[in-house]
Amino acid sequence: MSEQLEPLKKNEISVNDVAFTQIETGDSVGLLGHLKGFWIPFSKIFKKTLTVEYPEVKAPTAERFHGRHQLNRHPDGLEKCIGCELCAWACPADAIYVEGADNTKDNQMSPGERYGKVYQINYLRCVFCGLCIEACPTRALTMTNEYELADDSRTKLIFEKEDLLAPLRQGMLMPPHPMYPDMDDSNYYKGDVTQSHPSQDVK
Amino acid sequence: MTTEVVDMITVVVDGFEVSVPKGTLVIRAAEKLGIQIPRFCDHPLLDPVGACRQCLVDIEINGRAFPKPQASCTIPVEPGMIVKTQLTSPVAEKAQRGVMELLLINHPLDCPVCDKGGECPLQNQAMSNGQGETRFEGVKRTFQKPINISSQVLLDRERCVLCARCTRFSEQIASDPFITLNERGALQQVGIYENKPFESYFSGNTVQICPVGALTGAAYRFRARPFDLVSTPSACEHCSSGCDMRTDVRRGKTLRRLAGDDPTVNEEWNCDKGRWAFKYVTSVDRLTTPLVRNASGELVAASWPEALAAAAKGLKAAKAAVLVGGRATHEDAYGYSKFARVALNTNDIDFRSRLSSDEEREFLAARVVGLSTTYMDIDRADHVLLIGFEPEEESPIVFLRLNKQVRKRALKVSAIATKLSIGVEKLKGEFVKVAPGQESAAIAAQSLTSKSVILVGERAAESAGVLSAVAALADSSNAKIAWIPRRAGERGALEAGAIGNLLPGGRPVEDAAARVDIAALWGADSLPTTVGKNTNEIFAAVNAGEIGALLVGGVDPLDSEYSQAALAALEKAFVVSLEIASSAVTQRADVVLPVAAVTEKSGSFLNWEGRARSFDAAVQDSLNRSDLRILSMIAEEMGTSVHLATVTAAIKEISSIGKWDGARASMNKVSSASLPAVSGDQFILTSWRRLLDLGTLQQGEENLAGTARKTVAVISPKRAQAMGVADGDQLKISTSLGSVTLSALVEDIHDDAVWAPRNSRGSQLLVNLGVAHGAVVTVVKA
Repeated sequence: MSEQLEPLKKNEISVNDVAFTQIETGDSVGLLGHLKGFWIPFSKIFKKTLTVEYPEVKAPTAERFHGRHQLNRHPDGLEKCIGCELCAWACPADAIYVEGADNTKDNQMSPGERYGKVYQINYLRCVFCGLCIEACPTRALTMTNEYELADDSRTKLIFEKEDLLAPLRQGMLMPPHPMYPDMDDSNYYKGDVTQSHPSQDVK
Repeated sequence: MTTEVVDMITVVVDGFEVSVPKGTLVIRAAEKLGIQIPRFCDHPLLDPVGACRQCLVDIEINGRAFPKPQASCTIPVEPGMIVKTQLTSPVAEKAQRGVMELLLINHPLDCPVCDKGGECPLQNQAMSNGQGETRFEGVKRTFQKPINISSQVLLDRERCVLCARCTRFSEQIASDPFITLNERGALQQVGIYENKPFESYFSGNTVQICPVGALTGAAYRFRARPFDLVSTPSACEHCSSGCDMRTDVRRGKTLRRLAGDDPTVNEEWNCDKGRWAFKYVTSVDRLTTPLVRNASGELVAASWPEALAAAAKGLKAAKAAVLVGGRATHEDAYGYSKFARVALNTNDIDFRSRLSSDEEREFLAARVVGLSTTYMDIDRADHVLLIGFEPEEESPIVFLRLNKQVRKRALKVSAIATKLSIGVEKLKGEFVKVAPGQESAAIAAQSLTSKSVILVGERAAESAGVLSAVAALADSSNAKIAWIPRRAGERGALEAGAIGNLLPGGRPVEDAAARVDIAALWGADSLPTTVGKNTNEIFAAVNAGEIGALLVGGVDPLDSEYSQAALAALEKAFVVSLEIASSAVTQRADVVLPVAAVTEKSGSFLNWEGRARSFDAAVQDSLNRSDLRILSMIAEEMGTSVHLATVTAAIKEISSIGKWDGARASMNKVSSASLPAVSGDQFILTSWRRLLDLGTLQQGEENLAGTARKTVAVISPKRAQAMGVADGDQLKISTSLGSVTLSALVEDIHDDAVWAPRNSRGSQLLVNLGVAHGAVVTVVKA
């Protein structure tokens, strides 16, 4: 491309007019100077090491480190996510995609009327700022300390709902299953449900 | 046109003077200055009610102030009025904050699960005019979470702020007062009658105007948030009313459609069909690739070049005709029209894939094409006469407009019909009862003035002589004629000349000057000179071996009275079908080319007024091509060119046609047929289509189908008594072809007539009986 240079304006100096001068180096540091330099690594040999042999050794992160997200469950196993999309709304990187759906009698995934049918977080976009966690009205979305989020394809880094859901713990049943007997969604939020009831095991 | 003299009144709002017409409400005067007073119940198209009290302002007239803040949505401006809104009056501001606090006392904090979240006037105004913190510590009143007030509308009473928008809409606009406010005080709630479900054709509007999430639509429930949606202004493809719409798309899928705001056409309303019937686009049997019938007679997937070559070869090999169907856009219909003349060298083209007549074709050429009667004419009419037209079922926005005038100034509406309909009853219309096929005498007996409007439906073509009588009545009274077809594309197809006796722009085929006009525009040496065949003649010609190939776009052969002949013709001829989904035509076609649905392409419909309703593609990046593009490709393959590669090219070409200034085609008078003799258990069948029925474009929407009216067969009290039939008994209507069994309803209808819906669940007359209007059928108690 033959780009025409603009003519110089007043007070401007052409590059060709600048004189090149040799940059002066300082005096030699001498033997003492060299020893002074080597002393620093030598002295560290006897101190406690901070680095670890990752990945053989994994140091714990700070307690509140922002790692991979997790979709939590109520104590009876129902999902806490209601598919409200507030996380997606809050996300500054547009990394979250949610589709809500109706809870039906035969397909109760979360307490109340609504659950998150599709839940995706794109870890190529996520900046781990945690605004989604702040936005979540049901505490369904939290962050774990897991930081090993590298992979060899883009699709693998879009985490689906099943990749994000918390595992079933003691007393939990795999949804879909009905709500705890004689309890409604507000009881769940008040913490009245502490574990699953045998009648909820419909499978 | 008379200009009305309007008294202007000057008032001061927040220190600014504004002049508004007498009778303007204070809230609108403030709007004119750009001052937004918060409100819930106020709606410009509904009567003021002052139910929510959110719009309180301080008002002073000639130095005398109201002792308390007043609701600005109920008080008209007066000379010398000084209004102080929340912006300048601390009293008004505090009053509004107090009202908001009261409204929020019982409003649940379930915004995360509420569909309205993100586009909610209550959320927005609580932020702008509320106080942020609640002082209420008690337990909120709760109701059972959503109750279905119809299969498509859900009511969540906890969220309701009792603005009465929905009840006022149903009563004042739709005249379907099936929804009302019950109980008193804190327990006041919106409800429906025990024995009358909310089965209104306009119920979707209540969902749209609800200022909170109390009324939600079942189809859109929990599907998306407003920020997910890409909204495109669009036009409705369901009828010829021409509603302005908004189509909301998420990731290539239409999730909802809302009524747009066009004061000259649909105001802010639309019907439930337009709002909710859009799933046909994503239906499972949607065509995705071209199909070509191979040597062993099977339809197999083919590449585009292969399919186009096969189509071109077949259309070139034999004499061909074109059937367009009434759903094509104006531009697509123009493409078919030009393709027929230029590439196929024939005038054998007809857009009327329904019961039609040559009388109708002449009527359209003489009285409709190029002319315009508008909604405004209805607004100004002294008398509206409905002939072969059932506004609520066939063009709901025309019904709303009539209803508005009936309510406002007791507009006189007369319906010449075989049966009194719910719609005409709601319009308090005069019902002129006629026997099927005997409308002409009743039409001739009408006396109209030059301010009257005659609304003629497409069913007028089903009885011989009706359109001749309409023309004669219009001539003798100078009344205006409006032809209101049912399908959205028919008027556009008429203007585009997709009919045997007309070229584009209303130019008669038989007029040499008109042919030269269009031939020059198209760069053609000459155009075919004889008037083309109509739909039934085309099918007959195929069966007689005169026509060997058919180009078919968006036609249901079972819409025709000669459906058996149509199916036989489709089997016999070489058929090229341009369709969106698998149909009776594509199954019999030799080449099937998938085309874009309305949401996937741009274009325009001409509504019954002839007004262009243009729209852009709502779903971007669809690989489906418009009919126009495919026709251009087939033409290229045939060695000719129609030069219509894009919609823009078609729009440009159409606009360059201009109006026809030559003589209009004349119309031959047709006299009406005499009433067929009936005896014993014989009746004369009459029918029309209902708004919600088994129409192709309503497929896949069960919630919508749930509010369709009950399928019944209507007979007169006298015959019912003679047959020993009461309401609810089963009646079997039969012809030599087949029968349908429906539950009986005894109503005001001609003694010789039986009415049934034409295409409803359990009552597909053209499929099962082969006839729909004016034919003798046998009715027995089943």
